[in-house]
Amino acid sequence: MSDPQPQPPRRATIDVVRAGLGRRYRRERRFRAYGLLSVLLALASLLLLFTDIVDKGVGAFRQTRVQLAIHYDPERLGVGARAAAQELAAADYEALIKDALHERFPAVASRAERRALARLPSSAAAWELRDRLLDDPRLLGAREKVWVLADGSVDAHMKDPGASTLGPLQRGWVDELAQAGELALRFNANLFANGDSRDPELAGIRGALVGSLLTLAVTLALSFPLGVAAAVYLEEFAERNRWTDLIEVNINNLAAVPSIIFGLLGLAVFIALFGMPRSAPLVGGLVLTLVTFPTIIIASRAAIRAVPPSLREAALGLGASQVQVVLHHVLPNALPGMLTGAIIGMARALGETAPLLMIGMVAFIVDVPGGFTDSATVLPVQIYLWADSPERGFTALTSAAIMVLLGFLVLMNALAVLLRNRFEKRW
Amino acid sequence: MKRLFSSALVVAAVAGAPAALAQRDNIGIVGSSTVYPFSTVVAERFGRAGTFRTPKVESTGTGGGIKLFCAGVGVQHPDIANASRRIKESEVADCRRNGVTEITEVLIGFDGIVIANAAGAHHYELSLRDVYLALAKDVPNPDGSETLVANPYRTWQQVNPALPANPIEVLGPPPTSGTRDAFAELAMEGGCKTFPWIKAIKDSDESRFKAICHAVREDGAYIEAGENDNLIVQKLAANRNALGVFGYSFMEENADKVQGSAIGGVVPEYEAIADGSYPVSRPLYFYVKKAHVGVIPGIAEFVAEFVSERSMGEEGYLADRGLIALPPAAYGKAAAAARALTPFSL
Repeated sequence: MSDPQPQPPRRATIDVVRAGLGRRYRRERRFRAYGLLSVLLALASLLLLFTDIVDKGVGAFRQTRVQLAIHYDPERLGVGARAAAQELAAADYEALIKDALHERFPAVASRAERRALARLPSSAAAWELRDRLLDDPRLLGAREKVWVLADGSVDAHMKDPGASTLGPLQRGWVDELAQAGELALRFNANLFANGDSRDPELAGIRGALVGSLLTLAVTLALSFPLGVAAAVYLEEFAERNRWTDLIEVNINNLAAVPSIIFGLLGLAVFIALFGMPRSAPLVGGLVLTLVTFPTIIIASRAAIRAVPPSLREAALGLGASQVQVVLHHVLPNALPGMLTGAIIGMARALGETAPLLMIGMVAFIVDVPGGFTDSATVLPVQIYLWADSPERGFTALTSAAIMVLLGFLVLMNALAVLLRNRFEKRW
Repeated sequence: MKRLFSSALVVAAVAGAPAALAQRDNIGIVGSSTVYPFSTVVAERFGRAGTFRTPKVESTGTGGGIKLFCAGVGVQHPDIANASRRIKESEVADCRRNGVTEITEVLIGFDGIVIANAAGAHHYELSLRDVYLALAKDVPNPDGSETLVANPYRTWQQVNPALPANPIEVLGPPPTSGTRDAFAELAMEGGCKTFPWIKAIKDSDESRFKAICHAVREDGAYIEAGENDNLIVQKLAANRNALGVFGYSFMEENADKVQGSAIGGVVPEYEAIADGSYPVSRPLYFYVKKAHVGVIPGIAEFVAEFVSERSMGEEGYLADRGLIALPPAAYGKAAAAARALTPFSL
């Protein structure tokens, strides 16, 4: 060190830096490009998914109706001229539809052809006429033009003639009706007003939507207070020892358990042991509580930990009790974070199907559920059931139901972001 | 405030439960996903007629459904089980142990299983033996000796010189599916039995026979496409070389996209399946728990609607949905037994 040695000609540091600068900039740009590429890739696949779903599902929001000149003939209905409501409800409305079709196409004579013709309107058309007449009994004996629901196969033909399952004869009639303006696509109100049905033109998501809401209500009502209480205890009151460590490990484990296992648990405990009804939102909500509960505890603990200790200490210093510190200071400040966690947990619960399979919520249910113990199904299950149905019309309905489900998920997640941005404090 | 509201909700929810336990006013149906499309149609029509509430139909698979059905008598247990095969002796014994002694069996019709490919592609004419040789895990040694070798066939032509040189690529249901069970039993075993020395094993060692005949190859030629038959139809339309295995009702609904291969010289058509000449078809049943009739409202009426001429008959609405109706004599017998709710014994 002390004795000077002949040194090799050294480049100045600045030269070294300059020489490598281009390479470093390129590396930085590459690094940023990788990140951007990943984001773009994710966006592209999302876009692909959405275009596919929207492309398939948009057709389901409209459906074909056919205009028929109906004569509410008491004789054909098999009722008296002044029939009571009960009599009208049980009358033969299919005869009216057959008459109207026969009048429209008088040339159709053979039995097989008449059967094919009678299949153009939906089997629900008769129920629509019944409801009209029950609403306004004065129509009895009158004539009017009514737009009734067309059959699913006619609907499919109108939307995509290439994939039509209609025979040549039926195609001829449908084209003739369409040209005369007696066949048109209208808004599909059934989609939002009805429960499930095996006729695609009648099926709706209302039953599944109400079922989802009831199930989520139970889940939220149970998992939020329980999760918050558990988190508060663990963070504010529990001592740090081997037991709390064990509990912490178990909660984290529980959050990662496949949800089907909670379904099995629900079947064994809630249904077999407590005798609760199968397929009920109450049981579904209880099972989903188990699924979301650990998530909420973890999120709530993180939110509580983010409240600065200075706040607690100041409160304690001013003579507040432990409970007052928690209720007056920690909870209000941690609430936005807890709510965000709860909403994300709820969003997960909204998308669950596997545990519900075990407790009988994967079922065909026509009636819209009216309470927590009625038989019900939920949105993702409805999507699964429709995706597996042979009738053509369900392909579009499946995508339409996915759009509704995605809409709800976006809404919930947006709410979570909004809550966070609005109320979150930074210290 | 929020907490108060939440607790009130919980109390309301829990208080509602016992009321539902005391009674149930809709029929509970569980079971086969193959019978589900038919059962639901009847349930919906039955509900819409207005006298009773719409029955609830769960798609649990035949085995799972019968297990639930046999779990006991009482409102928490289902009233009707759908099945895409006949109930087994062991299941009847299980039922009896749990107090479910009187069961009515109703045969509703048949379901064909088709091997189809994209419309416009080569129309296959297969024999059951071709199907077995193309899809089994182990096949008899091609040199003619009575030994098994891992399936060496890559193309249909290698299986049978009369078939085209297309690679063997078959999309079908996974082992959990009832369709797969029926396919293995009817098609694979049917082809397998054409080898006399394998057939001889059946008498000496039944489980070995089943292992030989029912095992499907796992080297990629048979692709498990999930339980969703619609998905298989879509994939066939996209891949003209592939064949798919699924239920007849899906083929009928997609007649413009797929064509059914002839098996044993018979094309899967309604008449051929109904008269039994198409070899790969199975009976569909449902089972009624007699102890629940009169307790849960509407069971007898629902069964009567199911077996009525306008539903199960040859021109009924179930035939429109792809059910292969029973021949008239068998229909008359099945309907009469169902209306009388005659208990059955195996």
